[in-house]
Amino acid sequence: MMDQSPQMPPAQMPLALKLGMILTVLMAVMALISIVWTPYAVDQLNIQARLQPPFQAAHWLGTDHFGRDLLSMVMMGAQVSIAVAMVAVGIGMAVGVPLGLTAAALQGTRFDDVIMRGNDLAFAFPALVIAILITAILGPSAFNAIIAIGIFNIPVFARVARGGALTQWQLDYILAARVAGKSKTRISIEHILPNISTVLIVQGSIQFSLGILAEAGLSYVGLGAQPPIPSWGRMLAESQTMISFAPHLAIIPGVAIIITVLGLNLMGDGLRDWLDPKLTHRSRQNHRHMTERGEG
Amino acid sequence: MLTFIINRMMTLAISLVVASLVIFTTIELIPGDPAAFMLGLNAEPETVAALRQELGLNGHPVERYWRWVTGMITGDFGRSYTYQVPVADLVMARLGVSLPLTVMALILTIAIALPVGMMAASKRNKPADWGVMGMTQLGIAIPNFWFAMILVLVFAIQLQWFSAGGFPGWDEGLGAGLKALVLPAIALALPQASILARVMRSAMIDVLAQDYIRTARAKGLSERQVLLRHGLRNALIPVVTILGLQFSFLIAGAIIIENVFFLPGLGRLVFQAITQRDLIVVESVVMLLVFSVIIVTFFVDLTYAWIDPRLRHSRLNKGVWS
Repeated sequence: MMDQSPQMPPAQMPLALKLGMILTVLMAVMALISIVWTPYAVDQLNIQARLQPPFQAAHWLGTDHFGRDLLSMVMMGAQVSIAVAMVAVGIGMAVGVPLGLTAAALQGTRFDDVIMRGNDLAFAFPALVIAILITAILGPSAFNAIIAIGIFNIPVFARVARGGALTQWQLDYILAARVAGKSKTRISIEHILPNISTVLIVQGSIQFSLGILAEAGLSYVGLGAQPPIPSWGRMLAESQTMISFAPHLAIIPGVAIIITVLGLNLMGDGLRDWLDPKLTHRSRQNHRHMTERGEG
Repeated sequence: MLTFIINRMMTLAISLVVASLVIFTTIELIPGDPAAFMLGLNAEPETVAALRQELGLNGHPVERYWRWVTGMITGDFGRSYTYQVPVADLVMARLGVSLPLTVMALILTIAIALPVGMMAASKRNKPADWGVMGMTQLGIAIPNFWFAMILVLVFAIQLQWFSAGGFPGWDEGLGAGLKALVLPAIALALPQASILARVMRSAMIDVLAQDYIRTARAKGLSERQVLLRHGLRNALIPVVTILGLQFSFLIAGAIIIENVFFLPGLGRLVFQAITQRDLIVVESVVMLLVFSVIIVTFFVDLTYAWIDPRLRHSRLNKGVWS
């Protein structure tokens, strides 16, 4: 008998999930549109129209000190931020999940020990510190930001995958698969991975939002995307000296970051509630805060 | 408890050795000659050779690693190429800003999060709780450096209560120094306080559902006494764990926040060092940052073993690194 009955998510989506999805889709659509179209070219300077306030017919979100259209820059910034965070989550999952699954399959062995030791140590290196090290060697770029955030994501996914897999290894259906002669690798791929996909997806949305924050932080201090590629963080850095007479330059990119991160966080929380109703409130909170690490 | 402490200290020592190896090896990975890298493309070969000699780059990597580590233990971090002063002096001067900033932010985080989290738990599913949950969700989503800029706009530029940046130095008096760190500390604390308040709330909700709380209420204690005397200590274990983890956020955040407020701390130092390719400074500051995170994790481990004696034994049984 299998002691794990398949659980269908409740028909009614939580409000947080709906709201999160609306905000996330909004930003994702904006980023996608920017690939083919922006109201103005982001490198199009128009000094005569510089520092226009928002809500103008020609420039909905106003212009910066070079007369560049802020809406176009925010749209392009969304593309950069989402791409960096998404690839970084991909790196974290691609390396971390196999490591975590292997560690769980070989629980108690030297390999498991080494992985867990490596994990503990990796938590002492916040993304910004990794970025500082990488930048000191290779120089600043969006690519290096991706690597830094990606490396930082690896131990998070390894830990979550290992934790989830260890629980699965205790269940009867895995025992049945072992009795049937399946190897640990096949069991990990065919049975464990699908059964921990929910927790991985939820963690993915959390790391995605942290990636957006980290990318913004790195760009702000000059360790992210370099000009002429627009990024929200660098838009904020450039606006800093003009904040007293053109606050919209700081407020608009900041609000874009907040909407994206809020959307992803609400989506992550909502997904967890919806897909895994077995989780108690406490374990949800602790799971989130124990596993999410490091901004900037 | 003594065995537990020895066990944790072994973990601490191994972590520090491995971290120093990672940092040293990463800096070693620089393609080509680090001295040529630091001096740039137009450097004369003689200058590069002189710098190699000065930095001790002619020895074997193992020998250099050993010299670097033993140097740090004795307080000798090497000499900054750009500042031409010992790195230890630079770091000590900058710590005088970064450390108080981080501590102030940590105190603020606790001072905001614990009462707010407890209040939300005691008013669960009421408007006050919804308000706290909404505000904390927003607080987590706000980048701290953006919040710092908004604080400058409101409190420095418009209200003119604080300066927009800079640090007068501790020589100007404790009050002036602390005042310069108020806005940066608030900006650093906001996202961490939001996370911690949510953890506090959920931990407290769990504790308030326990039988001993019902007993405490039944024997006539006021709600305040129940919360403070019986609820708080039991809810503290997850809170202390998260607080320890948050220290690395605060350190990383401080590096960025120092740049917003032009504070002469470790963050500014490391970015200037990157721009000037002063690898000795980068290496030492990164090691110091990682060292402080590992040390705090060590103390957090000890703290929650003290709060909950059961953990001493359960963690001990799992081996050094569990």
